[in-house]
Amino acid sequence: MYLKGRVWLFGDNVDTDAIIAARYLSIVDPRELARHLMEDIKPDFYEKVRPGDILVAGSNFGCGSSREHAPLAIKGSGISCVVARSFARIFYRNSINIGLPILECPDDLSTLRPGEDQLQVNLDRGLITHLQSGREYQAAPFPPFMQEIISCGGLVEYVKTRLACDG
Amino acid sequence: MVEKILASRAGKIKVVPGDLVNVPVDLALGNDITAPVAIKEFKRFGLGRVFDPEKIVLVPDHFTPNKDIAAAEQALLLRRFAEDYEIKHYYEVGRMGIEHALLPEQGLVRPGDVIIGADSHTCTYGALGAFATGVGSTDLAAAMAIGEAWFKVPPTLRFEYKGSLPKWVSGKDLILYTIGRIGVDGARYRAIEFAGAAIEQLSMDGRLTMANMAIEAGGKCGYVQPDKVTFDYLEGRVNKPYTAVYSDHDASYEQILGFDVSNLEPQVAFPPSPDNVRPVSEAAGIKLNQVVIGSCTNGRIEDLRTAASVMKGKKVNPGVRLLVIPATQQIYRQALEEGLLTVFIDAEAAVSTPTCGPCLGGHMGILAKGEKALATTNRNFIGRMGHPESEVYLSGPAVAAASAIAGTIVHPEEVI
Ligand code: SF4
Repeated sequence: MYLKGRVWLFGDNVDTDAIIAARYLSIVDPRELARHLMEDIKPDFYEKVRPGDILVAGSNFGCGSSREHAPLAIKGSGISCVVARSFARIFYRNSINIGLPILECPDDLSTLRPGEDQLQVNLDRGLITHLQSGREYQAAPFPPFMQEIISCGGLVEYVKTRLACDG
Repeated sequence: MVEKILASRAGKIKVVPGDLVNVPVDLALGNDITAPVAIKEFKRFGLGRVFDPEKIVLVPDHFTPNKDIAAAEQALLLRRFAEDYEIKHYYEVGRMGIEHALLPEQGLVRPGDVIIGADSHTCTYGALGAFATGVGSTDLAAAMAIGEAWFKVPPTLRFEYKGSLPKWVSGKDLILYTIGRIGVDGARYRAIEFAGAAIEQLSMDGRLTMANMAIEAGGKCGYVQPDKVTFDYLEGRVNKPYTAVYSDHDASYEQILGFDVSNLEPQVAFPPSPDNVRPVSEAAGIKLNQVVIGSCTNGRIEDLRTAASVMKGKKVNPGVRLLVIPATQQIYRQALEEGLLTVFIDAEAAVSTPTCGPCLGGHMGILAKGEKALATTNRNFIGRMGHPESEVYLSGPAVAAASAIAGTIVHPEEVI
């Protein structure tokens, strides 16, 4: 599966309160949540994002609370994929469980130009290509068990399949 | 210990870090923020039942007593679900408490248990020797349906605290100090074993505070191996049998770190991150608008006793609003009986019914632009307690109480 979009950059330790502040946690609709995405740290972010864009961050992205509203808000904004040096673990499993592709890539992508540079991501192989220069970066592909969840379309579908098998 | 718990649950002789396992859970927890999302997902399964109505715990504690109409609707959803699916452990306002203080208190947590909660501070229960970790709402939905969860077996870090705790230094100071040393991702994906003489001396309340903040170091869980303190605490609370699990003598740790705590000062985390930690002496003089004593980190009876011992006979500084929030109804009642609430009210503090409230900037004490607060909570991210330009400092109850009296951050000795 291929994804393509413009890059947006964030630093290290972006926490879930920054991704979506607690005052919006009564909202459940991802598109509505997306209107407040990164509001406290980049107030005009939502206005700039276009469907397909790729969020690039440093280490420990998504640390803090277990709120699934955080990956949901990102998904709701149309962002197709998050690439970070590392992720906080609950954010990581939440993203997989809701079907938001996220990739851990050790390379330094912080010199990319936000809103201008374009990346193409090959999800199956974890290969990231900088479209303007052709430069390639290798991210860790998902382990098979998680690939299974993702290929089912998320944990709910995965469990549904299992429930069906159990009769 | 974590590897042993997960292996036995997965029906395997041994697991190693990195293995993926699917294991049955003893408890699955949700609150008024995460459970509504989980319920929505759960309904997609089209099941008429949950896997076990005795093993699901639902606690409306974040935006309750309902802060606005949206919160009321969410709480209603939770209540209806609990009724429809006959969830045994649903705790209504008036009978509830902040989830991570409530579950151990009610005897729902046992050594050796596997517990997941759609709340990151579920790691608190490691203080009782359980494997407990925070997950998301979709995980909770799946667990409510099939009673299982998937885990990647974490590597374990062992932190040894040597020496004995100086006066005014509590579990909160130990964990803040630790996070300051290793950073907010210092234990990312790891299990943390808290050990050493200082931990052995620590009360159950202090241990719960430490395990609570394992997540602030990025940990998957933090735990203390069961000992006499654990079993004394469980006595009379837990009536179902359990099997305590201990680390093997030759257990392999990814890393062992030693901390000597004999000369430790009380610690303060500066905004905007729980790892921005300095000794209280370096925070002296910071002027405060609000002080909060409460939360799943430090809203237990020992915390209130400490705060009251500092405040007895004194008044809160006129420039400061002090909020005291006992974490559960039982703690509230105990504080009442011990006369602690009188101390707080005489000092001109506002005492609230149990709620997460200001801890996550929900309600009951939101900060205005430019205001500064000192809180015994666990997070001080940008905007955590209100306006994005407000600031939160974190400390234990002794420093918080003393600072409320002084109006600026101070060492407890200075007001005694
Ligand atoms: S008190 Fe704060 S940290 Fe604890 S569960 Fe409530 S919101 Fe979360």
